[in-house]
Amino acid sequence: MFARLIEEAPMFFNYHNFVFIMEAMGRTLAMTVVGCSVGFFFGLLIAVLRQSSLPLLLPLRVLAIAFVETFRRIPFLVILFIVLFVIEPLLPGTSLFGIATVSICLLSTAFLSEIIRSGLESVPRQQIESARTLNFSSLQMLFTVVLPQSWRVIVPPATAFIVMFIKDTSLASQLGVIELTFAGKMLVNRGASPILGYGVILMCYFALSYPLSRLSAYLERRLASS
Amino acid sequence: MHHLEIKDLYVSYDKETVLKGVTLSSDKGEVVSLIGPSGSGKSTLLRALIGLTPPSQGQVLVGGEAIDYSSRKSLRTLREEMAIVFQQYNLFQNMTVLRNVSIAPVKIQKRARREAEQDARVLLEKVGMADKQNAYPDELSGGQQQRVAIARALATRPEILLLDEVTSALDPERVNEVLDTIRALTSEGITMIIVSHEMAFVREVSTRVAMMDDGGIVEIGPPSQIFDAPKESRTRDFVSKILKH
Repeated sequence: MFARLIEEAPMFFNYHNFVFIMEAMGRTLAMTVVGCSVGFFFGLLIAVLRQSSLPLLLPLRVLAIAFVETFRRIPFLVILFIVLFVIEPLLPGTSLFGIATVSICLLSTAFLSEIIRSGLESVPRQQIESARTLNFSSLQMLFTVVLPQSWRVIVPPATAFIVMFIKDTSLASQLGVIELTFAGKMLVNRGASPILGYGVILMCYFALSYPLSRLSAYLERRLASS
Repeated sequence: MHHLEIKDLYVSYDKETVLKGVTLSSDKGEVVSLIGPSGSGKSTLLRALIGLTPPSQGQVLVGGEAIDYSSRKSLRTLREEMAIVFQQYNLFQNMTVLRNVSIAPVKIQKRARREAEQDARVLLEKVGMADKQNAYPDELSGGQQQRVAIARALATRPEILLLDEVTSALDPERVNEVLDTIRALTSEGITMIIVSHEMAFVREVSTRVAMMDDGGIVEIGPPSQIFDAPKESRTRDFVSKILKH
């Protein structure tokens, strides 16, 4: 078998395949980065919203809770299809990549909002009371007292989620988005040996998620010491 | 006109009434101490005054102005004039000592950073913590943290200072450094309401002492009255138990 692999390798590692795989990897990365950035932004918004007790915001809070509780419970593949069938008729011509990205944003918002919320709740109530007696506004409290003390609790599960997420984007292949998994499948269909094709894909996933894990470990150490 | 006036104040939470009609007033620069058994409502009174546990009935007047605890604007004005120091210090864990003391003047009162930090250093000097200005709270002992907390409370230049059992969480050998700090403040014309179990200290610094029990004030008078010749049997009972050991 090894003899076959060695024989095939020079043919496989050509310029065309290299560009093809890099593009696919770029799509996987883009879906993850966009999904998690948007998810982080709206997740923070929802987490803060859920902590506020203003009666005026009650309807929004109920909506946010319903959203989070629903989207955390639906399999990602199902979210993909729901988004596909909702967006297709409304905005015909939306790219599959766009649809996959929207789905990812929905899912990551739901999950990250829970992670951020548990971070915010880890800050002792007394810290907030002190800030309140010093006349901090809610936003000043959030950004100068609560969030800086929440990172320690948020970072580890958030990175674990993002790493898991990089892998989950492979489900977008079911929609026809040419991301890493789909690219592997195509290479094999074109005649590449499965071990070579999927082996390269495996290494690409590793290359994406390993640095993130290292970064997280570094951040955890830094946050713990300060 | 009294500097601080509390009229028939009620506080309840979870359907339980913890403060049952407290009336108390203080002139400018007076030091009024609240004593009494745990659960008598001393800390609740302080928390109600600064609006952390808003009163359900009654009135609080600061400098003759009635406070509306449901209005943000009124609370803001109140907290510009009143500050509180907590039993557990509650310093901001993510900030250095200097930042803890200067953050409210800079962020809330919008004073120039350089000037606010200069003032913060002066305050830290006063509480004997100037050499620790770059330390984080978790690097300090309880007594040191509490002294920083006092500096932080003073940084916004309040006219009324509430001290809520500020030595109760400290190791015995750390109590005096905090008491010394407070003692030094009593001559600065700040009105103080002190909740404390340090009876010798209360007797020494207070202009008046109020004995609280079951959500109300049982007796109020100069320390000599409360400690040496209490009129109420409840006060006599409490004071004799406390002073015996």
